[in-house]
Amino acid sequence: MDWTALGVSLRLAAGTLAILLPLAIALGRVLAYRRFRGRSILEAVVALPLVLPPTVLGFYLLISFGARSVVGQAFAAIAGHSLAFSFQGLLLASLIANLPFTVQPIQRAFEAIPTNVRDAAACCGLTPWRAFRAIELPLAWPGLVTAAVLAFAHTLGEFGVVLMIGGSLPGQTRTISIAIYDRLQAFDEHAAGVMAATLLAIALGALVITQTLARRVGRSSE
Amino acid sequence: MRPAARIIGAILLTLSVVVVARAQTRTTIAAASDLQFALKEVEAAFEADGHPAVDLVFGSSGTLAKQIQDGAPFEVFMSADESYVQTLVTAGLTKDGGVLYAVGRVVVFAPTGSPLQPDPELKNLAALLAKGGVTRFAIANPEHAPYGRAAEAVLRKRGLWDRLQPMLVLGENITQAAQFATTGNAVGGIIAYSLVLSPALKDRGTFALLPESDHAPLRQRMVRLKKAGAAADAFYAFVQSAKARPILTKYGFALPGQ
Repeated sequence: MDWTALGVSLRLAAGTLAILLPLAIALGRVLAYRRFRGRSILEAVVALPLVLPPTVLGFYLLISFGARSVVGQAFAAIAGHSLAFSFQGLLLASLIANLPFTVQPIQRAFEAIPTNVRDAAACCGLTPWRAFRAIELPLAWPGLVTAAVLAFAHTLGEFGVVLMIGGSLPGQTRTISIAIYDRLQAFDEHAAGVMAATLLAIALGALVITQTLARRVGRSSE
Repeated sequence: MRPAARIIGAILLTLSVVVVARAQTRTTIAAASDLQFALKEVEAAFEADGHPAVDLVFGSSGTLAKQIQDGAPFEVFMSADESYVQTLVTAGLTKDGGVLYAVGRVVVFAPTGSPLQPDPELKNLAALLAKGGVTRFAIANPEHAPYGRAAEAVLRKRGLWDRLQPMLVLGENITQAAQFATTGNAVGGIIAYSLVLSPALKDRGTFALLPESDHAPLRQRMVRLKKAGAAADAFYAFVQSAKARPILTKYGFALPGQ
């Protein structure tokens, strides 16, 4: 069992959630309630990582952020290391890859709130911010949980992009999915098996938690 | 309903703390996959000798060289050939021209239970191929793995390359090729001598050493990269020292100056 790799994966998942959830709440809400020019384009862009092969994302990230690119050199000048082959690089890739997994469930949750509930909140004199916190957020709660769990599980399982822009650096970019691949190549089937079982358990546990939570929240908000 | 917002806030805060707590980074050595087992032993001896541990990352020489060009923070690059080191030297990414540290060999390997009986001239492979008995045959990808190029050269010399094409499975690097050769339904493969001599592969099949003259020599060169620190310098020197050389010899490498 490669605890360092599990740690990297958990940190990556945590970082993805910390940055992406607030962003997804804002974006999901805008997509749910606002009508504006370019909305369909924005929705398409959000959904793109769902259908985009991870190698394509990896390729473009490497081209844009590798040591031989302008952006990569600028980043290296500031941070002292390149964005590709660093934890930050993986985090950026993870944010992009998880955009649809977070935004879409949250958007659906906001869309599911009846218009008259929101109108009533406005009529009662609630400020938009209070209505958001006291009415919308609690009602959209199951969508938030789904988004968080999906992004978490997806980050732990991300492989293609990490393989291309990670470099398998212990403690930095060797995630648990990469460690399984590495251990298998080192003929260490035992360690690979233990890690695979761990990921399986985490994935299963995450789904059980979401479904239980979503059901409970769904019941209490009725 | 405040709890929802409060829970979200608490979770986000915890997550941020987790991310900010960063792991320390150690000196990292990028090494060709044929060193997977030998270099781990060298590294253990390096630590036993009183040096701080270094991290080892394995891959095909071509992949690693590409990653170094794209900014991967490796401090020493141990290639399975000379050309990839030369590429990095030309690109101005290295401290110097590096040093030859070993010469590798290839073997034809057959897993336990395979119909293939390894021999140095690949006669049995040719016979098996003629009667359609070859299911899959594993080599490393010649595009970026020096051991894959050596395998291609051997198969071409024996006139088997074209006929074997449809059955070839290509490993991303030589350990993956070895993985394919031992598991799956391959009758065998051409892999690194250093791998079949490792404890992990020893009992998994039989092999025959292929003549050195059948392929361009696998002159394995290593080089320190521009950002190499003191630990990298020490490891670079240790690999060439009398303490590491017997380990490399044990894994079937011929050493420079012998």
